[in-house]
Amino acid sequence: MQSGVSTTATVAASVGDTTQPRHGNRSALLYAVYCEIMKTIRVPMFTVSLFVLPAMLFSLFVLPSIHETQNGVAVGNYTMPSFGIYVVMMAGVFSSGIPIANERGMKWNLLLRATPMKLRTYFASKVIMSLLIGAAAATFFFIFARVTGGVDLGIAMWLKLLGTLLVAMLPFIALGLLIGYAVGPQAAAGVANLIVLPLSFMSGLFIPYDSLPHFARQIAPYLPAYHAGQLGWHLIGAGDDTSVAVHLLWVAGYTLVFVAGAIWFYRRDEGKTFG
Amino acid sequence: MSDSPQTLPVSLEHASKRYGATTVVDDFSFEARPGETVALLGPNGAGKTTSISMMLGLKHMTSGQARIFDHMPTSTEARVRTGIMLQESGLPATLKVREIVELFSRFYPHPISNAEAIEAAMLTDKTERRIADLSGGERQRLYFALAIIGEPDLLFLDEPTVGMDVTARGIFWDRIRQMHARGKTIVLTTHYLEEADALADRIVVMNKGVQVAEGTPAEIKATVMGKVVRFHTPSVNAATLRALPGVEEATLTDHTVELFTRTPEITVKALLNGPTIVQDLEVGGGTLEDAFVRLTA
Repeated sequence: MQSGVSTTATVAASVGDTTQPRHGNRSALLYAVYCEIMKTIRVPMFTVSLFVLPAMLFSLFVLPSIHETQNGVAVGNYTMPSFGIYVVMMAGVFSSGIPIANERGMKWNLLLRATPMKLRTYFASKVIMSLLIGAAAATFFFIFARVTGGVDLGIAMWLKLLGTLLVAMLPFIALGLLIGYAVGPQAAAGVANLIVLPLSFMSGLFIPYDSLPHFARQIAPYLPAYHAGQLGWHLIGAGDDTSVAVHLLWVAGYTLVFVAGAIWFYRRDEGKTFG
Repeated sequence: MSDSPQTLPVSLEHASKRYGATTVVDDFSFEARPGETVALLGPNGAGKTTSISMMLGLKHMTSGQARIFDHMPTSTEARVRTGIMLQESGLPATLKVREIVELFSRFYPHPISNAEAIEAAMLTDKTERRIADLSGGERQRLYFALAIIGEPDLLFLDEPTVGMDVTARGIFWDRIRQMHARGKTIVLTTHYLEEADALADRIVVMNKGVQVAEGTPAEIKATVMGKVVRFHTPSVNAATLRALPGVEEATLTDHTVELFTRTPEITVKALLNGPTIVQDLEVGGGTLEDAFVRLTA
């Protein structure tokens, strides 16, 4: 009897009550995240460079000297934060920002703006997708290093490192958004490469800080990727003498600066689109 | 949906859009009443798309005001009741038809089913296709599916049949008529008089940023659809030409005469019975472009 009543009520609600949404769980944000992920992983060039390139670099430059030590820890362990930051930096800059330049170029954003979609849904879907792609690429890289190089940080440390990488990724997601709004679709990927590759070298991600040329060592302490890297190195006991809090402040500061820049270029773009 | 009977689905009051010294739209006012299909007709560059963009809050106005169901066009109240097909808005090439329709359906509180929207756009056999693999006409129909998925009360269709062949256009017109029959208010832009005639209750003709005519399709056609009688002559008097029956306008350049008339048979008969020497006589349909120029003059 009880179930009979409730079934009738459900049918009445689904047929007659048009003031209720069509089905229960219809989060626009969740589905927008799904679409962003599909858009990203269906570009094979990007997926390959994000998953294969770091593994290739690791095989070529780290595996031969995997049993040596660096900053008091095994080289294999030392390179986990270095390459990890490189991976999430690539994912952060390229997955959100560069497609935005394309979407601006083809006025897709104009059509979205004519729908009830919230602006925060648009940005949140891109940032969440970037974090997920970054986490997936870093995890893949860790497994690769574990299998090919026998690198073992222990499950708790792997997870802590992954969490640290995702925090350290935030300024680079913001940088991607900044580039996406500042530069046109043709130039965006080139500009991003011009920034990411030198930044990785200068920050000691590929060559340890102590082995960097003199000028790079002068500049590194002012670069976001250097401080992002230090967050990871501190975690595995290979950090510098500066405290983690200071590195965190640098990462937070760069995030704010890039977000402010992204907002400035976003407004400039709005003026052009809607002016 | 507690509109009072006076609530207009869309209104634009004294809208102007200037870029520096260039005026794209000049003091243009427009409204559509509930359930009405209105066509904005004009040649390329007439200001149709700019006008629609201002109605939708997608372009800032230099001056004027736009309302949708008596709300700001950019408000959520307006957006959830409005469906839009924009020219050349582009879609993410790697998404599938099914995915983008589902994404749009989630933006609206009371969408129709995805299957219904996809069927109305005649894409039922293309749901698993990536957008990159659609033809121009299919993509245009996908825009239509996205425009109607939210069960809007008001539809904006900017040049909806661009890129469609004659058959597809005819079928698409039927879909628009179905929307009309379901009580939707529709604003469409087109540069085909035929399309405006086939779909609209009322036509607003624009050229060079201003309204040049407004009326039922029959009224507009009567104004626009004349014939041009063209011939060469060694000598003629312009006053004689204008006096011919049916002639509304006469131009004379280098011994070539052009007469605009809505009764070409009567005009030509009188011309040949008269004293004027007529060589190389042609009677042709006036183009819509000619008509816009005449309406503006």
